[in-house]
Amino acid sequence: MFLGLYNYWIVVVLMMIGFYIVIAHGNLIKKLVGLTIFQTSVFIFYISMAKVNGGTAPIVGDGIEIYSNPLPHVLILTAIVVGIATTALGLALTVRIKEAYGSIEEEEIQKKDNSTC
Amino acid sequence: MLSGIYGLLSASFFVAMDAVDVAFTEASVGAGISTLLMFLAITMTERRDHSVRHKPWLALIVVVVTGALLIYGTLDMPYFGSADAPIHVHVAPRYINDSMQEIGVINLVTSVLGSYRAFDTFGEVVVIFTAGVGVLALLSVSRRPENDAKIDALNVSMHEQHLILRIVIKILIPFILLFALYVQFHGDYGPGGGFQAGVIFAAAVILYSMLFGLSTARRVINQPFTQFIAALGVLLYGSVGVVSLLNGGNFFDYNVLSDDPVAGQHLGILLIEAGVGLTVASVMIIIFFNFQGRKEYGQGQAKGDV
Repeated sequence: MFLGLYNYWIVVVLMMIGFYIVIAHGNLIKKLVGLTIFQTSVFIFYISMAKVNGGTAPIVGDGIEIYSNPLPHVLILTAIVVGIATTALGLALTVRIKEAYGSIEEEEIQKKDNSTC
Repeated sequence: MLSGIYGLLSASFFVAMDAVDVAFTEASVGAGISTLLMFLAITMTERRDHSVRHKPWLALIVVVVTGALLIYGTLDMPYFGSADAPIHVHVAPRYINDSMQEIGVINLVTSVLGSYRAFDTFGEVVVIFTAGVGVLALLSVSRRPENDAKIDALNVSMHEQHLILRIVIKILIPFILLFALYVQFHGDYGPGGGFQAGVIFAAAVILYSMLFGLSTARRVINQPFTQFIAALGVLLYGSVGVVSLLNGGNFFDYNVLSDDPVAGQHLGILLIEAGVGLTVASVMIIIFFNFQGRKEYGQGQAKGDV
């Protein structure tokens, strides 16, 4: 009955995997990996919403009546490139944290912060 | 490695969903550059994983509850692939039905990206540019004068190590660059456009600098020049908007760029795609160069200490 909704369930499962990695791991790089998975689940969410049964890719051709929705494609295509740029920024921050603290484990960083204060 | 496979897998998923443009981007970004950056960051920080998970059970409960709530929320959503979902009846029909007369670009994704929602795309390009500036601010190191003899010695030793790889890559790189340009200018007629072309172009440069060393690559493509190009791309994009403003249209209204509205649209889309391509390519190159430069700098320092 609800089988037509399976695309959303896959998205939710992926999203929760990413979410779990973000909150459960102390390693900053792993947190970023979790964020990337979370991000991909949102991409899949948008793209699967754009799909129309019997539709084809949104490139105009003769004798084609149904196209999938081009708008989510546009949003996600830019979001992917923006995503990699922001991930790179996050990784850069992590590298600097490693240089300053000698660790990328959240708890060790916190400990060092507390001892210096 | 897994994340590369993940990227490729989601790319093929997007093809199955009829989103060829998105698949293109994901294939070049997810399977190529993001994996590479992750590797670089991991080697720069620590390979050994001694992570302590804090309160995994609590986290698991939070995740399961959130997931259950989200699944409950999806029960009201339209079914997968149904044509009468709210998303398909709002602005999409206008894009699909009218864009051939208004813009005349076969690839609807490009026409929406470049013309209807040019302002959004401008914002995205500025975000990418800002991220590039951020990486530059965080990771750039003052360069020491380079010792040419040392580089040449390194080059020779690497030449012996990866001989086959280097020769194959040397043959491949012109084709990758050519393909990037094809993707850039063919974006109106098929899947492609500035974002994908920029990433592919950057991938070629990154491949080169991986095999031939960063300092060799820096001699070919100098970094201040790349930074200038990144800014130039944003400037080009923005000035197309300003020019249409000066000609009496709205911001990013390309109809006024030429006597014939459709020709004006073509010109506008071509120019902003060029701006996007320049910025994306150079920002990706800047990001990679700085990560790699930081890594080599760190290694040099470690050697100096010993």
